[in-house]
Amino acid sequence: MIVSPNPHIHANVSTKKLMLDVIIALCPAAIVSFLFYGLSEIAIMAISVASCVVLEWAITKYLMKKPSTTGDLSAIVTGMLLAMNLPPTCPLWVVFIGAVVAIAVAKMSFGGVGQNIWNPALVGRVFLLVSFPTYMTDWTVPAGFISNVDAFSGATLLGQVSILGALEADKLVNLQTLFYNIGGSAGEISALALLAGWVYLLVRKVIRPWITLSIFATVALVAGIFHMVDPAAYTGPLFNLLTGGVILGACFMATDYVTSPMSNWGGVVYGIGIGFIVMMICYFGSYPEGMSFAILLMNTAVPLINIKFHQRKYGRK
Amino acid sequence: MSKITFAIGGVHPDDAKLARGCAIEVLPLPQTMYVSMAQHLGAPAKPLVAVGDKVKTGQVIAEPGGFISAFVHSPASGTVKSIGPRKDLAGNNATHIEIAVEGDEWVEGVDLSDTLVTEIPEDRQFILDRIKACGVVGLGGATFPTHVKLNPAPGSVAECLILNGAECEPYLTSDFRIMLERTKEIVVGAAIMQKVLGGCRTVIGIEENKPEAIEAMQKAVAELPYKVEILPLKKKYPQGGEKQLIQAVMHREVGSGGLPISVGAVVQNVATSLAVYEAVQKNKPLITNTLTITGNCLPVEKMHNYLFRIGMPLSYIAEYAGGVPEGAAKLISGGPMMGRAIANLDAATVKGSSSILYLSEESTKRGQESLCIRCGRCSEACPMGLEPFLLNRLYKVGDVEALEANAAQDCIECGCCLYSCPAYIPLLDRVRQAKGMAMAAIRARAPKK
Repeated sequence: MIVSPNPHIHANVSTKKLMLDVIIALCPAAIVSFLFYGLSEIAIMAISVASCVVLEWAITKYLMKKPSTTGDLSAIVTGMLLAMNLPPTCPLWVVFIGAVVAIAVAKMSFGGVGQNIWNPALVGRVFLLVSFPTYMTDWTVPAGFISNVDAFSGATLLGQVSILGALEADKLVNLQTLFYNIGGSAGEISALALLAGWVYLLVRKVIRPWITLSIFATVALVAGIFHMVDPAAYTGPLFNLLTGGVILGACFMATDYVTSPMSNWGGVVYGIGIGFIVMMICYFGSYPEGMSFAILLMNTAVPLINIKFHQRKYGRK
Repeated sequence: MSKITFAIGGVHPDDAKLARGCAIEVLPLPQTMYVSMAQHLGAPAKPLVAVGDKVKTGQVIAEPGGFISAFVHSPASGTVKSIGPRKDLAGNNATHIEIAVEGDEWVEGVDLSDTLVTEIPEDRQFILDRIKACGVVGLGGATFPTHVKLNPAPGSVAECLILNGAECEPYLTSDFRIMLERTKEIVVGAAIMQKVLGGCRTVIGIEENKPEAIEAMQKAVAELPYKVEILPLKKKYPQGGEKQLIQAVMHREVGSGGLPISVGAVVQNVATSLAVYEAVQKNKPLITNTLTITGNCLPVEKMHNYLFRIGMPLSYIAEYAGGVPEGAAKLISGGPMMGRAIANLDAATVKGSSSILYLSEESTKRGQESLCIRCGRCSEACPMGLEPFLLNRLYKVGDVEALEANAAQDCIECGCCLYSCPAYIPLLDRVRQAKGMAMAAIRARAPKK
């Protein structure tokens, strides 16, 4: 007979089940990337996920000498996110280095799941971006299974801003962009596929919507103000929401449990910070895709946000 | 759909009211009963009988041992066989009076008929004395002596009497059954307490998963000449928590360490209301209560709601109901969220007993603890707005000052945090310890009286 304190039942939720839901939510966008970018993207995904899982297993077993934590599936999530944040032409050895940085440096050196300060996949991506800028900004579109798409070769939508100017670039964003948008990181072809995954996470109550919504609102607001002041110099809200990895970042990277604030209001502030920083980088910075930096910078601020923003306590002012 | 519920946190476990269809059955008397002296909050009662004494059903056998304490009565007629320590359900010793049952001969002056008495005595003190003399305590879980709660300190005014018919714990159906079968008595009981409190607003809150109870109570209220409201509540655990119910009904929050009366609230359980009715209108002491036999490893046809005599051993009731089912890994007295695991089935029932719950190993086994992933689910679930993940960490480093600043002492031990934790961190176990540390620090600072 078991004798232990209350509660005697459990919601039957586990880290593994939550991570499995995130994996499922990433699948639509991942499948779209396979369809458009073909075998090379499948290889990137396979190498990224396999490297992350094997590295975490090896580090827990041989360095930390602890039971392996790969069973919680969080390494798979990191691997998938890393792959989806890389260009589809990225050489596989570069992918592997990204995985080493993500798992060994950004996750396991802090103690493993739940202990890291920065989103591991983004640390991996940013490391690659500053170390291998040529590979990381090569937006050539490899042959996919859907080959009749003749899109912008060599430049992302964001890249078009410097070529065509803000006014013309804005016109490139239309209804079709919502369904698919070639160029950019592999995972962000389809805004719709990403949003479908996000809605799945909301329905399954894996995440709360506030962080994502506050990023979207801030991006739209900041872009709206700048665009209104000078439409020739600054692209509009829709353009900025649909490009530069904003949706992928806002739905799946900024909402990472470990590196986001604990309270809802903290999440809103964190989202505003990300939205503001990404727009500043976009308008005034030299990196075209500022989402990774914006999220990592706000990850850094999370401990401070957690000190300031708490749940509302019962019976206390 | 009612939208009325508490504002912070809460969880939605499957309500599993499997025994809802089982009408209350009266248990026959066993050969021996053991009446505990420590079955209410406060000081244990002091025995008034000696070994060898003959006692009658309903006779006082112990008196209050302090201001917060209660009278205890004999649950049957017979002979006092022994007075001494006996193990309660957790295995702790408490003084029990052992009664060899010889029959069911009641003391004089108790109205044993079923006739509903609707005329409420005028004298407030008379009512309070009756409630005290009949040993009525809160039957919602805390077993706080009712006459004390109904007699707030001078200066405080009761603005609202809330009757708790939420029965938010999964599985339990005893309150549901009495609301169906003893409906009018409960309403009269509410009106009696309303009178004692000076005629304040009186609300009976019932969760929506009990529509039959809501309907029956509404009908009873319409037929009786009192001003009592029935308030359907949205189903959410822990709705029946005193502080949560006050927030749901009155939109007020009791301050940290404060009593409900500080915001003008008095909360009583519906089962307590029935006990008050029997005490005041029938002069019948609290020697019976209702208990549910249920669980997830028991077929529905073996589930029961029993009217038991307080002092019957749990094992006697379990045997009568067909024995402990195969596959029962954990036996619980109370609900699955806040009940206590039964370590000793030979323990006697007490005034506050509400169930014997059989849970299978699969449903009750705790998962292997893993690292916190900072998902914030514990904090989102906490109805007091606490941050269990933070309290867990502060407890581990022993930072009492920070524990107090983060309100560890406000924990109501409802279990929502551990229930929601995907990493199976024993949050409540640790927060309970943390609460103890914070309370000790607060007490140490308090001026000595």
